[in-house]
Amino acid sequence: MKRIYVREEWCLGCHLCEYYCALADRGGKDMARQLKGIKIKPRIRIEEGKEVCFAVSCRHCTEPLCVKSCLTGAIKKEGAGVVTVDREKCVSCYTCILVCPYGALSPAERGTVQKCELCAEKPGGPACVGHCPNGAIVYEE
Amino acid sequence: MEYLIIGNSVAAAGCIEGIRRRDKTGAITVLSKENYEMYARPLISYLLAGKTTEDKMRYRPIGFYEDNNVSLLYDPAAAIDVRARTVETVGGRRLSYDALLLATGARPIVPPIEGLDKVKHRYTFLTLDDARALGASLRPDSRVLIVGAGLIGLKCAEAVRHTCAAVTVIDAADRVLSSILTREAAASVEAHLAHNGIGLRLNDRAARFEGNTAYLASGETVGFDILVMAVGVAPETALAGLAGIEIGRGIRIDARGETSAKNVYAAGDCAETLDVSSGTVKNMALLPNAYMQGECAGLNMAGGRAVFDRAIPMNAIGFFGLHILSAGSYIGSTYTETADGAYKCLFYDENALKGFILVGDVEKAGIYTALIRERTPLCEIDFELVKQKPSLIAFDRAARREKLGRAV
Repeated sequence: MKRIYVREEWCLGCHLCEYYCALADRGGKDMARQLKGIKIKPRIRIEEGKEVCFAVSCRHCTEPLCVKSCLTGAIKKEGAGVVTVDREKCVSCYTCILVCPYGALSPAERGTVQKCELCAEKPGGPACVGHCPNGAIVYEE
Repeated sequence: MEYLIIGNSVAAAGCIEGIRRRDKTGAITVLSKENYEMYARPLISYLLAGKTTEDKMRYRPIGFYEDNNVSLLYDPAAAIDVRARTVETVGGRRLSYDALLLATGARPIVPPIEGLDKVKHRYTFLTLDDARALGASLRPDSRVLIVGAGLIGLKCAEAVRHTCAAVTVIDAADRVLSSILTREAAASVEAHLAHNGIGLRLNDRAARFEGNTAYLASGETVGFDILVMAVGVAPETALAGLAGIEIGRGIRIDARGETSAKNVYAAGDCAETLDVSSGTVKNMALLPNAYMQGECAGLNMAGGRAVFDRAIPMNAIGFFGLHILSAGSYIGSTYTETADGAYKCLFYDENALKGFILVGDVEKAGIYTALIRERTPLCEIDFELVKQKPSLIAFDRAARREKLGRAV
């Protein structure tokens, strides 16, 4: 399956991936109008240190601990391999946050948990990849 | 191949999915004691609180049994003959198997307390039937007494509080959630529970019941209309024991999930498990553990060579919006942080993270859990950084490339 990979040597730490992720979640085209003045909760997060920075989002693991540990059965690995959350079923127990080795699940703005689902229902592929100015996030087989 | 599974909860789901990864055609039969398709058992408190529905509690989608070619029988097992490889059911069936999974779960412990059997409105809280019965009995003016301030007792208390004003929880321990919280960590949780209207009586126990009054060891009395016994659970091992299968702190299994009887496997709350954070064998009645043990057993029942050797105690639980995440063993040195109502305590020895407790701020907790589960040598990471914040930046470049630069 196609997954997101990060190339930390190219990451500028500009956080645009986080903003485009949040915009993809909210819908609309005008980032300034949609996101100005709010604290965004993106599904991809930049980690920054003194000398290095990179983006982290769901790895869509072959053996996903979040799927195996989900108390409700809300987290599933679908046919194509995308790990998704059924937010109707999720009760926000945070067991997935407890088990994900990448820190890739987080509480969502509107309750429940959220994670990268590869912009599965959006044309043009993952928004973070398309808008990374330096090719530090790629979407490949 | 004929596969037989005794039990119809999460370990059974793992087993079915494990078998079907290797064997698409072998016959799978599930014997269920409860008259329901499998449901997410920990959600019974959410159901009681009105935060989910029985439909959303389905652990697997409608059609799960048909899609996996499983025959589900609402007919509990009565006896196992490991020599003849047969199981007799309460309903009089005699079923043969090539591989058997015991996923019999746990039963509530009900201690012998004087007068307990004469309490009219008395419940335990482990099954959907328990939740339905308790829910039907609650009135807004009911006084509810819950014996046991563990995970089950407190989730029950939180749910009951949605309906009832008077909820009291009693426990012999000096703190709530004594299996997962230290005294220090419990303090803020107790304050939060009290703030949300849960009456706590710790360091005390019910010595006897008389009508609707509990007489406590301290000499005090508590009046109640409804009593919930939630002192803990014990592995359901009776069938296995009668069949001559070895029992330890649960049905004894090896890392492949096999019991002392050949081709008989066990998984979930009925089985014992090696806790790799402490090196001790325990009964760990935890849902993720049940699924992964069941899956491992299923893979092996279908001829695979899987092992499940990464079990650690871990819990994610929340009350009235306050989340508590914990994992591992509380041994070694500690690192503690308290800030903005959040509490963090890490436990570590000379070269490994052994355990943690997080209250309030749970962000990226799984990075800590992975360090414990994988026994990552602390000399390989920037532990000072990780102490403050769980992050992948604490790993070296090569390790990060493994994690983020390729398929995992």
